[in-house]
Amino acid sequence: MRLDISAWCTIANNRIQKNGGELFRDDASIPVTDFLVNAYKSFQLDYPKFYKMDGLSKLGWLAAEVLLKLENITERYSQGDIALVLSNRNSSLDTDIRYFETTKSMASPALFVYTLPNIVMGEICIRHGFKGENALFVFEKFESAFLSRYVQNLVEANDCKACVCGWVDLLANNYNATLFLIEKSNTEKMGEFSPENIQNIYESTNG
Amino acid sequence: MDKLIADLKEQIIAQLNLQHIKPEDIGDDQPLFVEGLGLDSIDALELIVLLQQQYNIKLNNADDGPKVFRSVKTMAEYITQHQATGK
Repeated sequence: MRLDISAWCTIANNRIQKNGGELFRDDASIPVTDFLVNAYKSFQLDYPKFYKMDGLSKLGWLAAEVLLKLENITERYSQGDIALVLSNRNSSLDTDIRYFETTKSMASPALFVYTLPNIVMGEICIRHGFKGENALFVFEKFESAFLSRYVQNLVEANDCKACVCGWVDLLANNYNATLFLIEKSNTEKMGEFSPENIQNIYESTNG
Repeated sequence: MDKLIADLKEQIIAQLNLQHIKPEDIGDDQPLFVEGLGLDSIDALELIVLLQQQYNIKLNNADDGPKVFRSVKTMAEYITQHQATGK
């Protein structure tokens, strides 16, 4: 079964793109958390919980927000038919380290709740009402072949009809979010959901 | 008391990452939870940490929480009372 990329979004090098078009750019010297807040404000988003999120959740949440804008995905599919499959390299290590620092004086409950890598998925699901399959994999690098095969299997097994998938990774000021909206072949807007295509898009963000 | 209330508003914003709110947006008597500032259970824990870190006050009885954390003013009253009695 052929799957297509309906839309893609990348956040890297203090730059946000959707489908190849630049939506926001900030000075490269700005720390990632400030950059994400600046982008949030620039897009005039209204979701106060955003400020309370850790860096990884801010990154993934914002990428999903940009990816899904105007895609009307929850109008076209039931909540249980939309899957979310993410991957990254550094798990929740960025927040784990920050939390560990607070334990030396007084442990922060607000940081503790983000010391799991899949919390970012919860934030995205809560925002968009997704109730379908979800999974997060920790890999050394972006595994386009695995991601492609896993999502393909989900759709073919009828576990989902659409899927948001990709890479959301953050450790200190090193970060990258590359998300794809995948649907059955009814759009062909951004090309086939193949390992080569998603690898090329992922690599283009580092250019 | 006014200085303490002003300090508390600044500290609550910093501790709870409420960057979208300014101190003047928080009313002295405004409920902190549910219909007021909309704080949640994790925020409640952070307020307990704030009391301990900033004012060296431990909330020993969890049942006191809703009363103490009802508003910035009730927090200030609790701190003042605590500091006066030295408990």
